[in-house]
Amino acid sequence: MSEIRNELKYLSSHEWARLEEDGTVTIGISDHAQDALGDVVFVETPEVGTTLAAGDEAGVVESVKAASDIYSPVSGEVVAVNEALEDAPETVNSSPYDDGWFFRVKPSDASELDNMLDADAYRAEAED
Amino acid sequence: MGNRTPLYDTHVAMGGKMVDFGGWDMPLHYGSQMDEHNKVRTAAGMFDVSHMTVVDVDGDGARDYLRHLLANDVAKLDGKPGKALYTGMLNEKGGVIDDLIVYLREPGYRVVVNCATREKDLAWMNQQAAAFDVTLTERPNLAMVAIQGPEALDKVKEVLGLHWIPAIDGLKVFESVARGDWFVARTGYTGEDGLEIMLAGDDAPGFWRALADAGVAPCGLGARDTLRLEAGMNLYGHEMDDETSPLVANMGWTIAWQPEDRDFIGRGPLTEEKAAGVKQKLVGLVLEERGVLRADQSVVVDGSDDRGIITSGTFSPTLGHSIALARVPVTVGETAQVEMRNKLVPVKVVKPCFVRNGKSVI
Repeated sequence: MSEIRNELKYLSSHEWARLEEDGTVTIGISDHAQDALGDVVFVETPEVGTTLAAGDEAGVVESVKAASDIYSPVSGEVVAVNEALEDAPETVNSSPYDDGWFFRVKPSDASELDNMLDADAYRAEAED
Repeated sequence: MGNRTPLYDTHVAMGGKMVDFGGWDMPLHYGSQMDEHNKVRTAAGMFDVSHMTVVDVDGDGARDYLRHLLANDVAKLDGKPGKALYTGMLNEKGGVIDDLIVYLREPGYRVVVNCATREKDLAWMNQQAAAFDVTLTERPNLAMVAIQGPEALDKVKEVLGLHWIPAIDGLKVFESVARGDWFVARTGYTGEDGLEIMLAGDDAPGFWRALADAGVAPCGLGARDTLRLEAGMNLYGHEMDDETSPLVANMGWTIAWQPEDRDFIGRGPLTEEKAAGVKQKLVGLVLEERGVLRADQSVVVDGSDDRGIITSGTFSPTLGHSIALARVPVTVGETAQVEMRNKLVPVKVVKPCFVRNGKSVI
């Protein structure tokens, strides 16, 4: 069974988001998503400084098996990307919620997080 | 619930991630497809291929029947019991019904066809058999395990012991040896040395466990696909199908044109196609920048307005970048462009074989 962390918010397209203490939002893909994709071989993250709207395509994750678009769950400016994924994309498999994060956004409207699924709702969707 | 091989419970117990494959519940991987792939390139891995269909062909008319049914000529096996031959089985239009391996037994022949094409293969084989003195016997109770990699033969000898060692040592590539239900062939689908072993289904779990204990890595269908693609081997339904001529699927070498009076199914249309000039060919594509080539992406080549198409694409674990097989106009040069995510990306064009015996050949 894949891990679903209770403190995170989720999209049904399998991204997770975490509100950090400094007010930024970190985004990655869930344990369920990395398991379904299999070995990740490339990650394309947005450029720092890009302004995204909630629902915008923000990057791509490619595994041996398939390519999958990554969507931003919140609007705002990209303030950081996980550059370590360029050389070690497999980190997405080994640590999807910690070292395998994708990018960080300074949200223009943090209340957009409330539109996301909580852990229970995501669990119900992921189990379907 | 799909069909299950005799090894189903063993896969589940060993952590296999089970998926549907052509109506069968098969392991995709046991944790990491990449690790399994690398194990086969550097040591030894094993695959459950019991879902494949085994048919024994017997009777006085068996040889004549197969010489009519198959594009390659089983006469090449005459006097060489145990020897194997790779061939296409074509329809009247020269399209590929399936690709298969046929072994000469004593007496008779054994044919191994794909699982996804089982129904139409058997229907076609039975239909063609009516005109010959031949019996077809499916062997659904046999399991099949492929052990592949530079250490594969040593590991199998370690497990099977003294009784089998001389027999395995005596096998050349594409040869087999049979004892009772056990049928050991030096064939495979990975570009590495190795064996494909048929045995009674009841014996399969014990054999699999013993191989695992000897250090042979259980591998799933995921690694099987990346290994065969690196080796440039065709997969039915991708590189060829009922509408595809073997001449555009890098299978020209499997068609035995001599003797000229052998009337194999599909000979007429293929002869015409050759005389008119074959329009397409199967090539390898190499993408050295980031990204992964995928099946069905379109390929732009010099000298032709017609586009080619990627038939199989993946990330190559051995090479560290993406590779693909593509069917393209014959005018293709040393480079081409692939349409990926609405962008044209340059790729190198190579012969359709990327890795052999653990090493890059591009």
